[in-house]
Order: sequence, then C-alpha cells, then structure tokens
Amino acid sequence: MDALALEAKGAKSESAAAPAPSKPRPKPPQKAKRIVYFEVEILDIKTREKLLLLDKVEPTATILDIKSLFHKSNPHWYPARQSLCLDPKGKPLRDEEILQELPVGTTATFYFRDLGAQIAWGTVFLIECIGPLVIYLLFYFRLPLIYAPKYEFTASKHLVVHIACVCHSFHYMKRILETLFVHRFSHGTMPFRNIFKICSYYWCSAAWMAYYINHPLYTPPYYGEKQVKAALGIFLFCQLGSFSIHVALRNLKLPGCKTKKIPYPTKNPFTWIFALVSCPNYTYEMGSWLGFTLMTQCVPVLFFTVVGFIQMTVWAKGKHRSYLKEFKQYPTLRSPILPFIL
Amino acid sequence: MSAPAMGTSKTAHSDSSNKKKKGPGTLATAYLVIYNVVMTAGWLVIAVGLVRAYLARGSYHGLYYSIEKPLKFFQTGALLEILHCALGIVPSSVVLTGFQVMSRVFLTWAVTHSVREVQSEDSVLLFVVAWTVTEIIRYSFYTFSLLNHLPYLIKWARYTFFIVLYPMGVAGELLTIYAALPYVQKTGLYSITLPNKYNFSFDYHTFLILVMVSYIPLFPQLYFHMMRQRKKVLGHVEEYSKVE
Repeated sequence: MDALALEAKGAKSESAAAPAPSKPRPKPPQKAKRIVYFEVEILDIKTREKLLLLDKVEPTATILDIKSLFHKSNPHWYPARQSLCLDPKGKPLRDEEILQELPVGTTATFYFRDLGAQIAWGTVFLIECIGPLVIYLLFYFRLPLIYAPKYEFTASKHLVVHIACVCHSFHYMKRILETLFVHRFSHGTMPFRNIFKICSYYWCSAAWMAYYINHPLYTPPYYGEKQVKAALGIFLFCQLGSFSIHVALRNLKLPGCKTKKIPYPTKNPFTWIFALVSCPNYTYEMGSWLGFTLMTQCVPVLFFTVVGFIQMTVWAKGKHRSYLKEFKQYPTLRSPILPFIL
Repeated sequence: MSAPAMGTSKTAHSDSSNKKKKGPGTLATAYLVIYNVVMTAGWLVIAVGLVRAYLARGSYHGLYYSIEKPLKFFQTGALLEILHCALGIVPSSVVLTGFQVMSRVFLTWAVTHSVREVQSEDSVLLFVVAWTVTEIIRYSFYTFSLLNHLPYLIKWARYTFFIVLYPMGVAGELLTIYAALPYVQKTGLYSITLPNKYNFSFDYHTFLILVMVSYIPLFPQLYFHMMRQRKKVLGHVEEYSKVE
C-alpha cells in the first residue's frame, strides 16, 4: 500500500513537472528528465576571433538552427553564406546535421567562413536561360547595327533558319519552365560571382551562334532537306528525353525527404536509358545540341556543343562517382554519360 | 608574352617548404635536369648567335635572321613544359604554363614567322633579347634547383632581371604585332569570310588587335605577381643566411 501511494505521489509530481518549462518545440521523448544543453562557440576560421557564444543550445538543434541563431546576431551573414566546420582544415558541416550527433563535448566549437554573397541556383538558371532566348531573337529578327543596314528587319529565305529559331527558343523556354516547375535543387545557393562567368559564357555563345545562323550570307546544310529533317528528329527526340528524365528525377525527390535514391527506368520509354547511364539528362542535352549542330551546320554551334560535352562529362563523372560511393548496390552496367563508352 | 612567371609560385613554395614537397622521382628528375640543361644551352646558342651577328654586321638591325632557326626550335620545344605539368613532374598549373608557352609560340610562329615583313623590325630584336636573357636565367635556375645547389646569384637574377626584361619583352611583342597589322589586313592572312559551308568567319586582323588589348589586363597582373614572389623569395633568404 505504501509503495503504491509513493508511486502515485511520484506520478503526480512528474506530470506536474513536465509541462512547466514551456518550450517552443515539443520535447522528444528522452530517458533522462534533464536535458543537457550545449554551449556553442563560433570562431572565425582565419583570425580565430570569438564571434559568438551561445549557451543553452538544444542538443537536437541542427546546424541550420545554429546558423539561423548566428544570423540573428550578424544580420549580414545569412545562413546560406555561412560555412561552419568542426576543424579549420575540415569539410563544412551539412545543414541537416544534429548537434548531439557530432563528435563534440557539451561545448561545441565551430569555425566560421564567410562564403561570400550567394545566389540561388534557380535564379542562376533563369538568368542564364532568359539571356540566350532573347539574344537569339535579336539576331533572328535582324535588329539594326548587327548586319548591314539593307538587311534590317528582313527575314531569312532559308526554311532551316526559321526551324532553328523555333528549336533554340523552344529549348530555352523548356529549360525556364523546368526551372520554375520541375527541378528540385539539392544545393540551395552558389557564390554570387559565378553568375558573371556562367552568364557571359551562355550569352556570348548564344550571340555568336545566332550571328552566323541568321546571317544574310548563311549557307544551308550540305545535304539539304534530308539533313535538316534528320537533325530535327534527333533534336525533338532528345528534348522529350531530357524532359522525361527531369520529371523522373523530380519524382525521386519527395519534398522534405532528404534521402538519396538511385534513379531507375520507369514506364516512360525515354527513361529506359537509366539502365545504361547515370546522368541521362546530360546525354539527352548533348543529343539535342548535336541535332542542332547538324541542322544548322555551323562551326560555332559545334564548338558550343563540344565545350558543353566536356563540361557535362566532368559533371556526369562526378555524379557517377558519388552514386558509387553512396550506394553499394549501384548497378554496374551504368556509365556516367555515354552507354559503355564514357 | 615573356614568361618569367612560369612555375614561379610553386617553385618558390618548394624553396621554403622542402619538407612537405614529395618531388618527382629520380628518373623524372634526371630527365628534367637534362631538359633544363639542353634549354639553357639552346638559349645560350641564341645569345651567342646574336652577339656574333652584331659584331659581324656592325649594326643591330635584322639580327633575327641569324638566330631564326634555333629560336623557333627552342621556343617551340618549351611546349614540353605543358606536358611536364600535365604529368605532374613539375608542380605548376597546366593552364597557366599552357597559356604562357602558347603566347610565346603564337608570337614566334603566327606573327613573326607568318608575316615576313616584320622580321626586319627592331621590335623583334627587343623581345628576342628579353626572351633570351630571361630563359637562360630561368632554365639554369631550374637546373640548379633540381640539383639542390642553387647559387644565390641565379636566384637573385631570376627574381630581379624581370623588372626590366618583362616590360621590354612586352613592348617588343606589342610593337611587332602592331607592325604586322597592315600586312595581315592587306593579304587577309589566316582569315575566312562568309559565305562558306561551315557558316563561320574569322578575321585575323581583328583577332590580333584583341590580343594586343588583352595585354592591358594581363600584363600588370603577371608583373605584380612576380613582384610579390620576389618579396617572398628574396626576403626570406636574408633570414636564413643570418641563421647559418
């Protein structure tokens, strides 16, 4: 009887104690009644100057939470431009990492590096695509000061030039729409300065190509209509393929779920290439530009295609390697970008 | 552009952090020593050729013709240095070395060789002399560094002569390109016009002008890089000599 009474008293006091400390977040069920709060110290990675000391940080706080707290006291350093590491020579910690799971005592010391002004990936994609879309059309409609005055606002007499304009514009419009509605970006931002490099490359290449394709002295492809038709077929096939892959990759990443998954072929025949290639989005992109090169038979387009191919191969190899590292059961038949070759 | 900056930063690093550097293997070191000795000899041949021609003719005009062949041979041979970087036996950036060697090769073949009329210009002598002195010092510097017996004089020369030689070389190069312009425009050298089945055009004359313009941002950067290297490399040595 006494034991039961003691237990009852104990239960009452427990339930009395539990709701008393009102927390903004619900406490996860813990065996110990006391929460061990962490103390977080943030030092500048170069000067080792103490930038911030936080006490009473929840053990379940994520790196992103700590970055947000840091942002509050240093408003010009928003979370996206903060890089926090445990070790000055180590890798930056990911936003999802939880404080209590890190190899620190109850006092955690982080080294802070300012990554510089950041810009969202989506924003970069939009700007890099709107440029070529508009620039190409300036040349297509032969605005003044580009070609000789007598050609101002004239139209090309070659059908292939009009088809090329439709294809080029379609390609970039598709990319813009995909950026707005399809893509899910895993990395939030990139350094702001990159946008100048990236945009100057895309915009200047578009201008260079458009100048020759829409030139009054443009020479249509050597094999005429046959070549244009075949090239158009390749282009459209690869555009459809590219779209299918982007949708398939989107469906892999459910919102909020951060686990990485291996993409597999779906019912859509365009995705069957996943059986042979890790990054078919790059494969199809190459195919589209190859089609466009064949259609226009223009050396600057070939140059742009080749440079794009080299860059995309580098990206595909990197992605392929990270797949292999992440998944032990990764299909061995797959190549990074070209089936069996590369 | 004259390339005294080639491999500088990394070599300077290796001077001060010998413990960390792994270095090329013995076979690679032997090859590099031979390469650098051959190049030093080659540029000495060019130097001697210039002096002898000057003494024989009594004037410094048209000396290019007396050293044309060894100049072409040894300057083009420098392309191997890109390979050295790519193979990792030399700790320099492939891109930077590539850029510097290609600019030299461009001037040797695509300007001086291709446009015969500029070969008698005095500006050619200006950059040839600058290149010759720079390369003799540079290749002997590498040779001695590889053998770990670098005389301070060579190190000092490498990081000091450029102060005069670099602007001298650049002036010679720019004046030569400028002299070539009217001939390139007249003959349409290396140019392709529309219409053609590749739908491509290239105007070498405009290209040369763009090359000249590119010197404006590039030259100061490289020059001040060498200045910083000089402070770092020559500044340290005084401390070491005191310790010894």
